[in-house]
Amino acid sequence: MLERATSDTMPAWGRLLAHVVVWALGLAFLVPFLVVVLNSLRTAQEIAQGSMIGWPENWAFLNYSEAWSEFCVAQTCTGLQPFMWNSAAVTIPATIVSTLLGAVAGYAISLWRFRGDTWIFGLVTLGIFLPQQVRLIPWTFVLRDIGLINTLTGLVVIHTIQGMSFTTLFCRNYYVSIPQDLMKAARIDGAGFFRTFFRIVLPLSPPILIVTVIWQFTHIWNEFLYGVTFTNGSQQPVTAALIGLNAAIADVPQYGVQSAAVVLAALPTLLVYLFGGKYFLRGLTAGAVK
Amino acid sequence: MSALSLSGITKSFGAMSVLKGIDMKIENGEFTVLVGPSGCGKSTLLNIIAGLEPPTAGTIEIGGRVVNDIAPKDRNIAMVFQTYALYPSMTVRQNITFGLECRNVPKGEREAAVTRVAALLQIEKLLDRKPSQLSGGQRQRVAMGRALVRDPLLFLFDEPLSNLDAKLRVEMRMEIKQLHQRIRSTNVYVTHDQIEAMTMATRIAVMHQGEIQQFADPDTVYNRPANLFVARFMGAPPMNTLPARIETAAGVVRAVIGQGDAAVALPLPATFAAQTGREVVLGLRPECIAEEDRRFGHGGERVTLELPVEMTEPTGAETIVLARLGGERALARVSPDVRLQPGDRGRFALDMRRVCLFDPGTGALIA
Repeated sequence: MLERATSDTMPAWGRLLAHVVVWALGLAFLVPFLVVVLNSLRTAQEIAQGSMIGWPENWAFLNYSEAWSEFCVAQTCTGLQPFMWNSAAVTIPATIVSTLLGAVAGYAISLWRFRGDTWIFGLVTLGIFLPQQVRLIPWTFVLRDIGLINTLTGLVVIHTIQGMSFTTLFCRNYYVSIPQDLMKAARIDGAGFFRTFFRIVLPLSPPILIVTVIWQFTHIWNEFLYGVTFTNGSQQPVTAALIGLNAAIADVPQYGVQSAAVVLAALPTLLVYLFGGKYFLRGLTAGAVK
Repeated sequence: MSALSLSGITKSFGAMSVLKGIDMKIENGEFTVLVGPSGCGKSTLLNIIAGLEPPTAGTIEIGGRVVNDIAPKDRNIAMVFQTYALYPSMTVRQNITFGLECRNVPKGEREAAVTRVAALLQIEKLLDRKPSQLSGGQRQRVAMGRALVRDPLLFLFDEPLSNLDAKLRVEMRMEIKQLHQRIRSTNVYVTHDQIEAMTMATRIAVMHQGEIQQFADPDTVYNRPANLFVARFMGAPPMNTLPARIETAAGVVRAVIGQGDAAVALPLPATFAAQTGREVVLGLRPECIAEEDRRFGHGGERVTLELPVEMTEPTGAETIVLARLGGERALARVSPDVRLQPGDRGRFALDMRRVCLFDPGTGALIA
């Protein structure tokens, strides 16, 4: 009501100013991406003769097929393709497992209530505030001891466990709005911990599960530090491989193909956002039971 | 064997004592209402009976079996909640059968049970809907169906009508009572509404500050309240409680209310002679003060008096009159035909047969 009133009473020049500011901010955020997309459709020659900023003259779609399957990354000329699959092999299981575990943990903390539950919740969510660099060395020891250095499985383990800080927080905050009477009714009906979870709580969860899946997918896919630290060669996720691609062609600048590779690497998270974004915003504001 | 037997139940949350030793025996087929103001411990007591909360001390027996260490699902109880607590993602049918499903009852039996309960509550047409597609009254019925389907020893109701609007509340109140008369279930029903307690209960337990003030049938609770708290809590408007002095002169026992010129002496039944000389609190229900020509359905102990009127509240069916009796404020319930105005002096008839006397110190009923 309040916002409505101000927009109704806002003078014309004020509204114009608001639009100018919003468009300027939008452009500022989008220009770098636009430059990359445009360059991904220009030939290396075209970029070298002109500048980094320009409209494609001969639409060089071949950049994409080259970046996908031919380009050399650190002496292997397979293009980005295998590294994309690596990223998928890390991101998909880590997203699913961390979301499910976070849902169970959030449910236990918010609805099942046990002695020390708030302490456990505090400890789990503390993980959100620890910088990645602090966790790097402990993870090195852990991965070495369990023999998962330089494996995709190792990255899955890291992202699953670290992701639980977020997924537990999200799910717990959503589940606290489920009335305790529902839990009491389930106890009297004779449903145990998991039956209550799967039959009563999980069916109420899609809004928050969509939020956590989008969040986890984006973060794990875009993650760079662990990928570049714990894996090398053919085991790298695409974010780490992009650096190798950069290094391999340092002598001849292939900006067109590089840009295409960047766009390809960013594509999954972009698609997730485009198709899931509205659920993300909706889920963040939704309550569990209307 | 009692359906429910509580002995020495206490409950404390830290230093706060919520229940201070509850003893109670409930027989099969009784409709017991726990009534009291909010914070009196009635809901906590119900949760303890259900096993949703452990007591600090005391023993709970259901059907002759001590259930202190038995999980809610194995206590042979069912519960209806104030918020209905229907599972939002399940249909009405699934809501009703969930408890049976958890007990591994075969599908055929479950279907038969749903059919029986749906017919009993007339919700056959709603079985495939989700709770969000139901009105408040329909949700209430489904919540009852979920309790009825298991045919338990004990039904627990936690303020089940509080979320309904006034009209529907009266309807559902009658339905619950009719249902009880039909299936003779043993019910423990928590409410803060003394009218619900009076209308539905076979026995009422009035609770206050973690203690049972009185546990008796509605008639006794209403007409012979055990103490001043019960007298003032039950009944709307509540019982008039007036400081008085008992005197006997020329063989007539009288209660004198007020001092000096304003004092009024009301003749009491001879049975009150033993209280002569005592300072008491005299309790008289508002309906025992009526217009002058009212007959109270019996012969004796009828007194007529002229009293100053301070205010009137016409409700349609009757008019509540605030009058001065010996200088004290007293409420009367008169016929709506009697048109009294503030400042008038009206003539009233008093039914002295139903007078209660309380000890002014302890508040307990003495006669």
